[in-house]
Amino acid sequence: MNAVNSDCRVVVSGIGVVSAIGLNRERFEDSLRAGRCGIRPITRFAPDRLQMKNAAAVAGFDAAAHIHPKRLTMMDRFAQFAVVAAREAIADAGIERGDGLRAAAVVLGSAAGGKTTEDDAFRELYGAGNPRVHPTVIPRSMLSAAVSHVAMDLGIQGPSFAVSSACASAAHALGQALWMLRSGAAEIALAGGAEACITPGPLKAWDSMRVVSLDICRPFSLGRRGMTLGEGAAVLALETLDRARRRGAKIYAELAGFGMSSDAGHLIQPSADGAARSMQAALRDGRIEPGEVDYINAHGTGTRSNDATESSAVKAVFDGHADALAISSTKSMHGHALGASGALEAAATALAIRGSFMPPTVNFTAADPDCPLDCVPNKARAAPVRAALSNSFAFGGLNAVLALKKVE
Amino acid sequence: MNEIFDRVRRVVAENQQIEPEKITIDSTFEELEIDSFDGVNLLFGIESEFDIQVSDEDAKNLRGIRNVVDGVERLLNERKAGGGA
Repeated sequence: MNAVNSDCRVVVSGIGVVSAIGLNRERFEDSLRAGRCGIRPITRFAPDRLQMKNAAAVAGFDAAAHIHPKRLTMMDRFAQFAVVAAREAIADAGIERGDGLRAAAVVLGSAAGGKTTEDDAFRELYGAGNPRVHPTVIPRSMLSAAVSHVAMDLGIQGPSFAVSSACASAAHALGQALWMLRSGAAEIALAGGAEACITPGPLKAWDSMRVVSLDICRPFSLGRRGMTLGEGAAVLALETLDRARRRGAKIYAELAGFGMSSDAGHLIQPSADGAARSMQAALRDGRIEPGEVDYINAHGTGTRSNDATESSAVKAVFDGHADALAISSTKSMHGHALGASGALEAAATALAIRGSFMPPTVNFTAADPDCPLDCVPNKARAAPVRAALSNSFAFGGLNAVLALKKVE
Repeated sequence: MNEIFDRVRRVVAENQQIEPEKITIDSTFEELEIDSFDGVNLLFGIESEFDIQVSDEDAKNLRGIRNVVDGVERLLNERKAGGGA
C-alpha cells in the first residue's frame, strides 16, 4: 500500500508577508489590488558604484519592534523577515501555540541565506583590514538559519529544513511541505521563503550579469530591460482540509498540486520545455484540467528571455485555452525577491483566489509579439479564479510550479 | 582596575543588551543569562575593545565578570611587560 495518501487535501489557512509593497498580508493584498509598485531608489547605502539604482527593498521594517534585541544580534535580516511573516501566518490562521503547532513542519526557501551579514563581515575583513570576524557570522548567514529561528520562536519541533534552488527555492519549499502533509509527516506546516540581499557586494555581482533593469521591471512588455531585485518573506500556514474544516478555519485556497522539472540545459538561459513539463506535472498532481485554470502568476522576471520563453511554454501547455486565461507578473510590484519570490507569489495567488481578483502586471507599456498572452496590464481585474498556477523557474533550470484552486 | 571594569561593563551591556546597572564585578554569566555562545560573542567584543587576543583555554574558564576583568588586566600587563623587554 502506498504510504502517501493522495486523497489528503491541503489548504492555505494563513498568510504572513513582509515585502516592498506591504509589511503584512493586508497591506500586501491592498497593493496587489491597487497595482502599487514597490520599486524605489536604493537608499540603504549609496549605490554610486552600482549600475542599478533601484530595488524593491522592504522599507520601514523595524525589527526591534518585533524581536528582542539580544535575539536580534543572532539574526540576519532574512531571518528577521521570516520570523515576522511566520508569526503573522499562524495568527492569521488562528492556530494557537498549544494547538498542534509543536508537531508542525517548517520548510523555507532561500537562494542566498544571510548575505547582508556576510557582506558586512567581509567588507570589514578585506576592505577595512579588520583582522577579527564576528563569531555570529556563520550562524547568522547559514541558509537554514531562518528555519531555525522560526522553529525556536514558535516552539515548533516537527520536521524542519531549508530548501535552496535559486529563484525557485520557496516554490520548492511549499511543494515539499504539501507532500509532507499528504504523507502524514505533519498536520500543519509553515512554508515559504525569505531573502535579503540588497547589499553592495551581491548587487554589484548582479550588475555584471546584465540581467537587472537599469530603470524598472516591466514584465511581458515591449521595451522591458530586465528584472528588479527585491527582498522579503512570505510564509503560508498549510494544513489538511479535514483539520481546517474541523476547526472552522478560514480557507484561502487549496494547495492542490506541485510539479518539478529540471531543464538540464543552460545555467542561465531558460528552456520552454522544462517550464512546460513542470506546469504539466503540477496540473497532473493537482488533478486539474488545463481548461479550469483562470490565472497564472508568472515567473515573469522582466528579462527578454524569460518572459518570451515562459509565454511559449504556457502556449504549449494550454494550447487554445492560453488565450482565455490571464497571466501576470507580480514581480513588477514586489520585485524579484529570489528565494522568497515563490512564496510571495503563492501568497498573491491564494489571495487572488479567495478575493476573486487578478493582480496586474504593472509598468506595462506596450504588447510584445513574443509574449502574446493577456498579462493583466497595469490594473487589477475583478474576476473569479477557479484554479491557478504559480510558476517559478530558477537559474540553473530548476523549475517548480504550484497549483492552487478554490475550495467550494 | 576600575577603568577596566567600566569598559568591560560597557561592552557587556552593549554586546548582550543588558542594562549596565545590572552588571557588577561579582555578576556571574549565569545570573546575566549569558550562555556559552553569548560568551563567545562577548569575547569578540572584549577582544576588540582592548585589542587583545584571548586563548581558547582562557576563554573556557570564564564564569563571570570578575574573571573577565582579571583576564583583561593580566593580558594588558603581559603586553606591557613584553613591550618593555
